[in-house]
Amino acid sequence: MAETLVETTGTHLQHHFADSEQQLETATLGMWTFLITEVLFFGGMFASYAIYRAMYPDAFRSTSRFMDISLGGTNTAVLICSSLTMALAVRSAQVSKRKHLIVFLCMTICLGFVFLVIKGIEYTRKWNEHLVPGFHFQFEPHQYQQHAQLLFFLYFCMTGVHALHMIIGVGLLTALIIMASRKVFNEHYYTPVEMIGLYWHFVDIVWIFLFPLLYLIGHHT
Amino acid sequence: MSTEVIRPVETVNYLNAQHSVKSWLLTIDHKRIAILYLVTISVFFLIGGSFAAAIRINLASPEGNFFSAETYNRLFSMHGIVMVFLFLVPSIPTTFGNFLIPIMIGARDVAFPKLNLLSYYIFLTGGLFALFAVVHGGVDTGWTFYAPYSSTYSNSYVLAAAFGVFIAGFSSIITGLNFIVTIHKLRAPGMTWGRLPLFIWAHYATSLIQVLGTPVLAITLLLLAVERIAKVGIFDPNIGGDPILFQHLFWFYSHPAVYIMILPGMGVISELVSCFSKKRVFGYDFVAFSSMAIAVLSFIVWGHHMFITGLSMYAGLAFSLLSFLVAVPSAIKVFNWTATMYKGSISYDTPMLYVFGFIGLFTIGGLTGLYLATLAVDVQTHGTYFVVAHFHYVMVGGMLMAFLGALHFWWPKMTGRLYSDVWSKVAAVLIFAGFNLTFFPQFILGYMGMPRRYHAYPPEFQTLNVLSSAGATVLGIGYVIPIIYLLWSLKHGEPAGKNPWGAAGLEWQIESPPTTHNFDVIPTVTEEAYNYGPAEEVIIG
Repeated sequence: MAETLVETTGTHLQHHFADSEQQLETATLGMWTFLITEVLFFGGMFASYAIYRAMYPDAFRSTSRFMDISLGGTNTAVLICSSLTMALAVRSAQVSKRKHLIVFLCMTICLGFVFLVIKGIEYTRKWNEHLVPGFHFQFEPHQYQQHAQLLFFLYFCMTGVHALHMIIGVGLLTALIIMASRKVFNEHYYTPVEMIGLYWHFVDIVWIFLFPLLYLIGHHT
Repeated sequence: MSTEVIRPVETVNYLNAQHSVKSWLLTIDHKRIAILYLVTISVFFLIGGSFAAAIRINLASPEGNFFSAETYNRLFSMHGIVMVFLFLVPSIPTTFGNFLIPIMIGARDVAFPKLNLLSYYIFLTGGLFALFAVVHGGVDTGWTFYAPYSSTYSNSYVLAAAFGVFIAGFSSIITGLNFIVTIHKLRAPGMTWGRLPLFIWAHYATSLIQVLGTPVLAITLLLLAVERIAKVGIFDPNIGGDPILFQHLFWFYSHPAVYIMILPGMGVISELVSCFSKKRVFGYDFVAFSSMAIAVLSFIVWGHHMFITGLSMYAGLAFSLLSFLVAVPSAIKVFNWTATMYKGSISYDTPMLYVFGFIGLFTIGGLTGLYLATLAVDVQTHGTYFVVAHFHYVMVGGMLMAFLGALHFWWPKMTGRLYSDVWSKVAAVLIFAGFNLTFFPQFILGYMGMPRRYHAYPPEFQTLNVLSSAGATVLGIGYVIPIIYLLWSLKHGEPAGKNPWGAAGLEWQIESPPTTHNFDVIPTVTEEAYNYGPAEEVIIG
């Protein structure tokens, strides 16, 4: 019903808002609140990681030779670049540069794909090395087997949930491109671009924490 | 209660604006979504209640030979899971919160109407998964899903039930998020934070807990599911995990969840006590602030569920002291409600009877909570019927009383009809009497050492158990009566008029039932909530 009343001012104002400024503020607060719930969602896994790392430091450290720092590092760089292109996309939307917006969104999607492909390569290697928990998991030295499996479980759980967020993000970006090509956005209305931008940056930041915790764990003295 | 001008029922309102089934199932009107929720959670309440009835039937005799031990385990588990996750957590927020928050703050809808509808369907999906588990034989882990039993040993439908709870959690998150943003951004001009009804403050605090706590439950259940499916040792000590971690993560949500279940009820009581005393709520700022204090404290007291499960002595001491602190804001509320009634012009309408019930029963439930927060006493009473009685006094004596109070208070606003005065009072008294008869003996049983979750017990406990089962029968009858007269009122009740209770608040200034857009013109608020005039100056006696 709300949608039938819009388009009066060309700013997609829904019926229960007084003006588009209120609508944008509402969406922004909603998005930040959602991101807080995401922090707590990942927080449960980070807490588990912290506790088990404190309990089994040696077993956790012994896993680091299976973590490919060059691939992980490349992925970190890819994600940081994608945050840049996302920020540029939001800027383009704000100043009504539609073609720039679409180009930057496409670049962000491409970088997202690169990340997921590299992640897939890493997962495949772990599979071949029997490092997937629950599937014939084998680890040397043998005394660390159980607790190393715990780390690899956390590795797959955390990076897996993160990758799921990336996949959802790519889907959202695709929707944005379709909307942008239909000339939905202008300098008065770019709320979805900004909101999905916030989401994308959040997903990046999660990785910034995951990378050192999982990949660099054995590399400090 | 005075009926105003009898108006023709045919006026266009949110109920009769559209009639098709589709217009209900795809509605984004917060009031219709509230009705959808009300119907759904009522069904879950009846399902959960029938499990409770089966439990009490079994416990009427010491041998407990009505059901096998295995069936009994499933009965109390499904009772807990359905009641906690599918009734109590969503009860007041999704129904009265959804219906009233936009109207009370002078808005046309919640901030995200489509998300609101989505939350309903997510909830329904979660509920159906839980029901799937029920019809396939149920779960026997208790509502707490403690690992490693739930992840390794139980051969019941743990995954389906846990998945249902996992999904329903997202509904809870979305509802909380929606309310937070609505309360921040959609208040009418002049509706300052200091003028918000206390119902709104309570829901704001509740929403904060929902948003911050529920994701942790979600990830905990996800970890549990992975351990059960892939046999990776996260919680099971035999394969390298730590069962205490499960309890920490679980209670990090589930203790705050207790306040998700009680805070909205406290908000309801603040509204009702003021209306039926015709007096401003005593100490508005303190009542509002105490809701926020409860929300903050709720996150730092979870350890009191784990005093005897391997928590260090010093952590136990800290959690014990912090748990005592929760009594302060709770007591502020009880004292302030009582002070509101002092020298007020009290009327004994049905909603007010539930207020009396709430204040008395919640006080007992809260004070016995202090016993349980005391380390030494908890060692004696942990896992006994004392705990069962304690949380039922808070959850049923508190929250359910508030839910019924809210239902009887706002029913005329939601449906435009008045219900039977006599029958509603009879039901209120039956529920109060039945409740006490059911649960007070359980305090004594627990103190005498009867453990919870057993299907049989020594013969010397029989008298008290029979009393409890008899009380449950009275309670059950008390719950059935309102269903009958409320449904009856839909067709035959007198038209309620705008404001049958003479209540303050924006929701009583619009039509009953409200129109689809609530307000023709967004109101400008110029006065504080509970502007009942100088009732304090009325000289009594």
